[in-house]
Amino acid sequence: MQPCSESIREAAKRLLLEKRVDAVIGFRKGTVPFMNEPFLARTPEQAGQLVWDGNCAINLANYLPKRTGSVAIAAKGCDSRSIVIHLLENQIRREQLYVLGIPCQGMTDKRRIADRLNGRQVLQAEETGGKVRVSGRDFEQSFERADLLQENCAICTHKNPVLYDELLGQPVEEQQIDRYVEIGKIESMPPEQRRLYFDELVQPCIRCYACRNACPACYCPTCFVDESKPQWLGKTTDPTDTRTFHFLRAFHVAGRCTDCGSCERACPVGIKVRLFTMKLEKQVKELYGYEAGVTQDERPPLDAFRPDDPEPFLG
Amino acid sequence: MNNPYLPYPVRIDSVITETEDRNLKTFKLVFLNAEDEKKFAYTPGQFGILSVAGLGEIPIGIATSPTEQGFIKFTVNKVGKVTSHLHNMKAGEIMGVRGPMGNWYPWDLLEGKNVVIIGGGFAFTTLRSSIVYMIDPKNRSRFGKIDVVYGARSEGLLLYKDELAEWEKRSDINMHITVDSSSDPNWKYNVGFVPAVTRQKAPSAENAYAMICGPPIMIKFTLPVLTELGFPPERIISSLEMRMKCGIGICGRCNIGTEYVCKDGPVFTLEQLAGLPVEY
Amino acid sequence: MPDIYYTAKENFAGVIERLMGRYRVYAPVKEDRCHGFAPLRSAAEADLGFSNTRLSPKGLFHPQAERMFEYSLAKDDPQAGIVKEAQKDFSPRVVLGVRPCDAKAFDLDDANFNTETIKDPWWVRRRETTTMIGLACDSPCSTCFCTSMGSGPYDTAGLDVLLVDAGEGYAAEVLSEKGKNTLEVTSGWSPVTSAILPLTHKKKAAEQSIGIAFDPAAIAKKPMLELYNSPTWEEVQFACINCGACTFVCPTCWCFDIQDEVCGDKGERLRLWDSCMFPLFTLHGSGHNPRSQKTQRVRQRFMHKLKYYQDKYNSGPACVGCGRCVQACPVNIDIRQVGRQMVSQGCSCPA
Repeated sequence: MQPCSESIREAAKRLLLEKRVDAVIGFRKGTVPFMNEPFLARTPEQAGQLVWDGNCAINLANYLPKRTGSVAIAAKGCDSRSIVIHLLENQIRREQLYVLGIPCQGMTDKRRIADRLNGRQVLQAEETGGKVRVSGRDFEQSFERADLLQENCAICTHKNPVLYDELLGQPVEEQQIDRYVEIGKIESMPPEQRRLYFDELVQPCIRCYACRNACPACYCPTCFVDESKPQWLGKTTDPTDTRTFHFLRAFHVAGRCTDCGSCERACPVGIKVRLFTMKLEKQVKELYGYEAGVTQDERPPLDAFRPDDPEPFLG
Repeated sequence: MNNPYLPYPVRIDSVITETEDRNLKTFKLVFLNAEDEKKFAYTPGQFGILSVAGLGEIPIGIATSPTEQGFIKFTVNKVGKVTSHLHNMKAGEIMGVRGPMGNWYPWDLLEGKNVVIIGGGFAFTTLRSSIVYMIDPKNRSRFGKIDVVYGARSEGLLLYKDELAEWEKRSDINMHITVDSSSDPNWKYNVGFVPAVTRQKAPSAENAYAMICGPPIMIKFTLPVLTELGFPPERIISSLEMRMKCGIGICGRCNIGTEYVCKDGPVFTLEQLAGLPVEY
Repeated sequence: MPDIYYTAKENFAGVIERLMGRYRVYAPVKEDRCHGFAPLRSAAEADLGFSNTRLSPKGLFHPQAERMFEYSLAKDDPQAGIVKEAQKDFSPRVVLGVRPCDAKAFDLDDANFNTETIKDPWWVRRRETTTMIGLACDSPCSTCFCTSMGSGPYDTAGLDVLLVDAGEGYAAEVLSEKGKNTLEVTSGWSPVTSAILPLTHKKKAAEQSIGIAFDPAAIAKKPMLELYNSPTWEEVQFACINCGACTFVCPTCWCFDIQDEVCGDKGERLRLWDSCMFPLFTLHGSGHNPRSQKTQRVRQRFMHKLKYYQDKYNSGPACVGCGRCVQACPVNIDIRQVGRQMVSQGCSCPA
């Protein structure tokens, strides 16, 4: 049973009335189909605006670093793992948080729907049972929800939150799946083809940094792209500079990225930036046997040194 | 069409370290093309954009007065990429300057008035320009009494020390130089923060305008003193600092309310500032 | 009497080819999932069956990276350190198929780039040498709200020619001398007088299909500081992630940075799109940042577009209701909702 808006509202109202938290971070209904807006409810009245459905994809943990006061937060599997990373990295203290864990069946991807509708604009969208019903100016169509999942959700292996104070809904079954099929395809490309592939991939990038800003793991007060002494890369859409930004960002989140998909979802020009982050996720898994944020008892491998760290690049 | 982004090429004529912490240097610049100097005709209060090819540009108040011919001077604080490089440049090297930019102190309103100048730290540059302009023999009679309160953290951090001493000797300008604290037994001037010294010297607000330039904290505590002394908001003039790039009111970053600090300012009266959002 | 001509759609490829013979022609071109304005290499590339481009065509006048100047840094070069103008191509261009909202946006941008005292040479030259041939909107998107912002699906502001899809052909209304001269190059048009009647019916239908967003005049009437100090900004800003997506897709966002880039002993001074959403935008060298808080930056964007611009130029807002920011925002911050909040200052209910 997927948790619905009602369960979030009830929990939020209760926590606010009991003064257990100062505010609740969730979503309120968006103004366009397939979008919801992250929302901070401070009063039980405001809590009445909270919703939960298949459009709650953005990782709310993004709003936690350096927050003061106590806050409840709605967290799906990937979000809860990002919260663990924040705890390990001292971006927020556990006692500030009341985590409303949400077992997740996956979020819908508005781009997949747009592809299937071939330019026809969606005016209304409704999700019931396992179906998504959309209607526009002169059409109505129904889709299987499972066909419209965000790519990261389709291969998710941590649908249930790993950390929570309260679980809203029944745990869902985790799947066994090879997450790295797409990565494998790229790995098998010869270098020149791979290079062209990446060039084409990031070509539309407008350096808006939506990917970086939507990512909960990216919270540096001054990002490396904004440093001036020294200046690491140029600010134009020059292909080398753009590639550098994407590659370096992927390295900076290596071992900390929970594949919440917020980066890809946020990108206004639809770049599949997860192809970089997942490659590093795969490498971290292979070299260190580590998955980001699953447990608070292990630090991300790139922020700790162990004498037995694998070093295959040394002779 | 004239290109307002194109700098005039200039040669560094001299570089003088002003302060003991070596963070402030005054650059004397000479235009490579004589007609550029004419195009750069400026009025005290304006600023220029110094351009260092390969590094970037910075907005700096013009420290010279138009009564000083043949060169322009800028006193630059070392804070970042461009200024650090500039501080390592030497006489003879080539750089660029754009301008003059911004509005100027309201000299038309100051005709026949007493002028009280209050400056702190290294925000004294356009105030130097103003003082030199006013005490120039051609201009002195246009203004009434001139009082100057200028302070820095210590004597080694005062700008234009030689000139301060010269002006202190003059009878047509009242200099009140101060330092926050001094360990020099021979220090002949005042000791105390600028707001306190202003209150102590109590320059009269009658028929007077106050021009104030300094770090935000100094301004914050001096404004009440000026109000106490009877200066109304329309007769208190300030020059704002903002991050700037184009300097000509196009790139948008110095925007406060309806104003561009680089084009509609940087000089504003307190009355004008009261109508704007406090985002500076 | 409006100056209107007509050509059948089967002739239109020829019209485009003749335009390409005399001008550099930019038109909407299909790109993966969306459209973008690009220089045409063949008439067939133009796709006028688009709704609107994902990125606004502002890049045609204000490129994301503009090489302003170049200079040598070679030690023995007597010209080293002297900044020189970079060569530009200002040969005549045609922008074909631009929507009325975007055309009006460039008129609004002119107030910034082309003033009495200061003129941005590249913007001004490009505007002078470009003919704007617009295409009226018959199927506005649900995110469009041009009619609330003083524009409209058939608005003529900023256009030299307005094309209307008349079923079997295009009607072209000539709006300026420049437009007239450009159309004359293309031939294949026949003048009409009575064809406009069914078109006013289409215009009305298009206008009525667009929802009312909010009334910017109500915002203009409110005192600036009252809007600025409103507590509603706290709520508006929460979701914002301070990326630059809204500013980059917006046709009336023009803020830019100036950067020097050096390679070996040569360098160039560039103008680059910048965004008030970035914390670095207002950071002083001293470390002081007047907009260090996200709330301040979010407020700045909406106040600038919907209030400061109106006050400064005594005209409408710096927004044409194209809806791109609504579509691009990763967290669904909706300018229509913010505008409503500014008008009513209090109501925080979603639409």
